[in-house]
Amino acid sequence: MSPDTDFAPTRGFTGRARAADRDPRLPPGQYDARDGWPVLSAEVTPELAAADWTFRVDGLVASPRTWTWDEAHALPASEYRGDIHCVTSWSKFGVRFGGASLDSFLAAAGPLPGATHVVAYSHTGYTTNLPLADVTGGKAWIVWEYEEGPLPAEHGGPARLIVPHLYFWKSAKWVAGLRLLDHDEPGFWEQNGYHHRGDPWAEERYSGD
Amino acid sequence: MTDTLRTPGGFVPPSRFAVPGRIAVSNRAAATWQRATVLEIRRETPAVSTFRLKVPEWQGHLPGQHLMLRLTAEDGYVAQRHYSIASAPDGSGEIELTLDHVPGGEVSGHLHTVARVGDTVEVRGPLSGFFAWPGDRPALLLGAGSGVVPLMSMVRHHRAAGLDLPLRLVVSARTRQDLIYAAEYAEETTAVLTRAEGRLNAAHLAPFLGAEGQPEGGWEAYVCGSNGFAEHASRLLVAGGQPVDRIRIERFG
Repeated sequence: MSPDTDFAPTRGFTGRARAADRDPRLPPGQYDARDGWPVLSAEVTPELAAADWTFRVDGLVASPRTWTWDEAHALPASEYRGDIHCVTSWSKFGVRFGGASLDSFLAAAGPLPGATHVVAYSHTGYTTNLPLADVTGGKAWIVWEYEEGPLPAEHGGPARLIVPHLYFWKSAKWVAGLRLLDHDEPGFWEQNGYHHRGDPWAEERYSGD
Repeated sequence: MTDTLRTPGGFVPPSRFAVPGRIAVSNRAAATWQRATVLEIRRETPAVSTFRLKVPEWQGHLPGQHLMLRLTAEDGYVAQRHYSIASAPDGSGEIELTLDHVPGGEVSGHLHTVARVGDTVEVRGPLSGFFAWPGDRPALLLGAGSGVVPLMSMVRHHRAAGLDLPLRLVVSARTRQDLIYAAEYAEETTAVLTRAEGRLNAAHLAPFLGAEGQPEGGWEAYVCGSNGFAEHASRLLVAGGQPVDRIRIERFG
């Protein structure tokens, strides 16, 4: 058994991308997926029409609220331009997602002082946990556009959560709501062996990392 | 207020998909890199080979689980990928991976063209409990291409453990030459050769779905392959009446 710092060279392996010209945007252990955008959902892609999509914020908030598609679109537009990173080791540079900042939704619901964590959940039933601090202050979005078009269903359309500074399993597809809690509560992948937080730069991939 | 939010099973959203993992996953095994030695390399099809690895401290796996494999260059540059485990758990400290030779693939390319018996690589795992099959429920397995790999681990386990539970495998490949493990399939398997007979369709699944096709308690369905196959096969299952919360999907991105 070798600790992570003690690398064991593999005979004859040189690597396609040399360490020297490794793109600084690439977190450790990741590779550039370039034009690809792998789909890695565990569940059947739901047939969810925009007209049937809703987004709810409840739990430890002053006023629990549910937004319809049109109500969500009436919030100030906000976009993310940057990189995304999947725990299965691909990264994708310079993508654009358009939607609304999660801050807009949270401001309307009014988090209570005791709220420390959230469970984000999907219309499919998928869940993922996040510290509240990781989804506030301009770090998270509810998005319905990818590049200049609608977000494809297999990538979470009509709308998904985007938390780009964490591994992408935190960016719940087909997002249905956010429940604010005063404790951390592991979600779907976190109960299946993945790390509770998932920072790509710290390589927080699996429980125990 | 806090107590009302802290429900025993955690927060469960109001929907049909809330598939629990099948097993608890060992944090230690998942977090530790181990040295593995290549014991054998076996050609399966023109583009697919099986690599048998000795992993001295392997803690065991369940069919359907995967691992992460990494290669390290002399200067410390590393490349790592997830691969499904092909072999049944047998306590031997040896496991098998079956890999497509992906054109331009950095890791699979090395393993297919440079690696030889006696080389070492590093692995961590087994990882993830979601796609694992402990052999406790009737299993309907749908796979295409190298998507059959984790499903074959289930078939092998079913045989080796002498399980009575119903298990069916529907495997899709372009031609017989592309069919991985072709010589190992028996009456549990339906092979769909797409160049000759077209894509997997409802008729292939009809014998296993509906009132007559379902075993007692219903199937746990496992779907594995490219995203295109996974989308298509999972829709066929849903259209055939398989509950969405009894469908587990592993997509090879």
